Amino acid sequence: MLAVEHASRRFPNGTVALQDVSLRVGAGEVVALLGPSGCGKSTLLRLIAGLDQPNGGAVVWQGGPPAPGSIGYVFQDATLLPWATAAENVRLPLRLRGQNAAAAAPLVAAALARVGLAGFERARPRELSGGMRMRVSIARALVGRPRLLLMDEPFAALDEFTRHALQEDLLALQRGAGCSVVFVTHSIYEAAFLARRIVLMSPRPGRVVDIIDAPALPSAGRRLDPAYAALVARVSDAMGRARAT
Amino acid sequence: MMAAPALFGLLALLLWEGGVRLGGVPSYVLPGPLAIGQAFAADPALLLESLLSTLAVTAAALAASCVLGVGLAGLMAASRLLRAAVLPWAVVLQVTPIVAIAPLIIVWVGDPFASLVVCATVVAFFPVFSNTAAGLASAPAELVDLFRLNGAGRWQTLRLLRLPAAVPGFLAGLRVSGGLALVGAVVAEFVAGSGGFASGLAYRILEAGYRLQVPRMFAALALLSVAGIAINAGLGALGAWVLRRRGEA
Repeated sequence: MLAVEHASRRFPNGTVALQDVSLRVGAGEVVALLGPSGCGKSTLLRLIAGLDQPNGGAVVWQGGPPAPGSIGYVFQDATLLPWATAAENVRLPLRLRGQNAAAAAPLVAAALARVGLAGFERARPRELSGGMRMRVSIARALVGRPRLLLMDEPFAALDEFTRHALQEDLLALQRGAGCSVVFVTHSIYEAAFLARRIVLMSPRPGRVVDIIDAPALPSAGRRLDPAYAALVARVSDAMGRARAT
Repeated sequence: MMAAPALFGLLALLLWEGGVRLGGVPSYVLPGPLAIGQAFAADPALLLESLLSTLAVTAAALAASCVLGVGLAGLMAASRLLRAAVLPWAVVLQVTPIVAIAPLIIVWVGDPFASLVVCATVVAFFPVFSNTAAGLASAPAELVDLFRLNGAGRWQTLRLLRLPAAVPGFLAGLRVSGGLALVGAVVAEFVAGSGGFASGLAYRILEAGYRLQVPRMFAALALLSVAGIAINAGLGALGAWVLRRRGEA
């Protein structure tokens, strides 16, 4: 679906965030960008989204550049409009694209139901827990049926219980929506649990040091599967080798 | 706890009255609260009419400050060039003493009421403007990115993101500007009053001073204080109500 080809990004202050990064994301694929803090994962995500431009290399889209709204983005914090209800927040991408409230209402209701928030349409962000706010954020990203969902450490600020629940929900949502997902994480466990491909990045300047294809894991009991444990060990080992080189 | 300020005020008034009586202080030096009350009761219509005149100038100046402050802050949010060009001049306006330029404004504008409103607006404009400008710039970068990803234009981003994000800042600025509009109105009335234009409570203070009617001066001052407190409390309550309605308080 898209390819990042030899992308580099140097900021005006001279910091080199990314150096010669290449990777491919296929249709319906879940790809994890895994690396230490400050290795340029979020910068790479912004390049893919078109929110920033590489100094060298390119992001190439199969079938031309994405139309507005064909990329969903979930940030580390839920970043909802605090003055708007959950339904108004979810409706936002549709509203920005000119869809009227009546036409958007069933899509918004379905998106909220998919993330388990049916009945919370009129709740304001401050009335929701951190996990619920993140669910609203995910519903907002998915409501426009994007081709690609970009997630920047979306569960990093959540407690372990909520994180596990949302990881499982995300897998189900991705299967239902059929979109590709690129998500940034610094958790080996999260990457192994969610992704079919794990892109290991080096500390700054960020480079791709390894790409690990994950085996197909069962939908249920995934964390107990020996293949999951083996994958975590494999990724840990690859990270250790990357650090040593 | 709620009654503490009222009780403290009552105690201060009692001490004031007692001190004046026991010390035999003449009322043309420092009148007691009772003498001030009597001065007000002697001709309440005169002082209340003047208060209304001052409040009319204050309200008009506050409204003008809101229109100018929000409008200019919005334009500056839309254009970096305009921001760079205008911001230093807005600061110049803020730091220029109104007493120094009020006579010029009165001469230039001509119409007495309009000139008072212009003077008070010069004083009251900056808090609304600067707080709204800060609020417009406070929209989270992630949300700005989200708007860009969904193809939002500058106007859509301003209307649906930046302006709503600026509401808390605007309300905080409005509360400060409310008090300043009253101060600006009074200062302008003093300047205009010195030139012979009879208007508002400031003129009554000047007039009472010339006639050594010190209790009436204090009565006018007390009315100004009450008006200032009411404006501050009213705008504070309005702000709290709006933020509660928006789920932000």
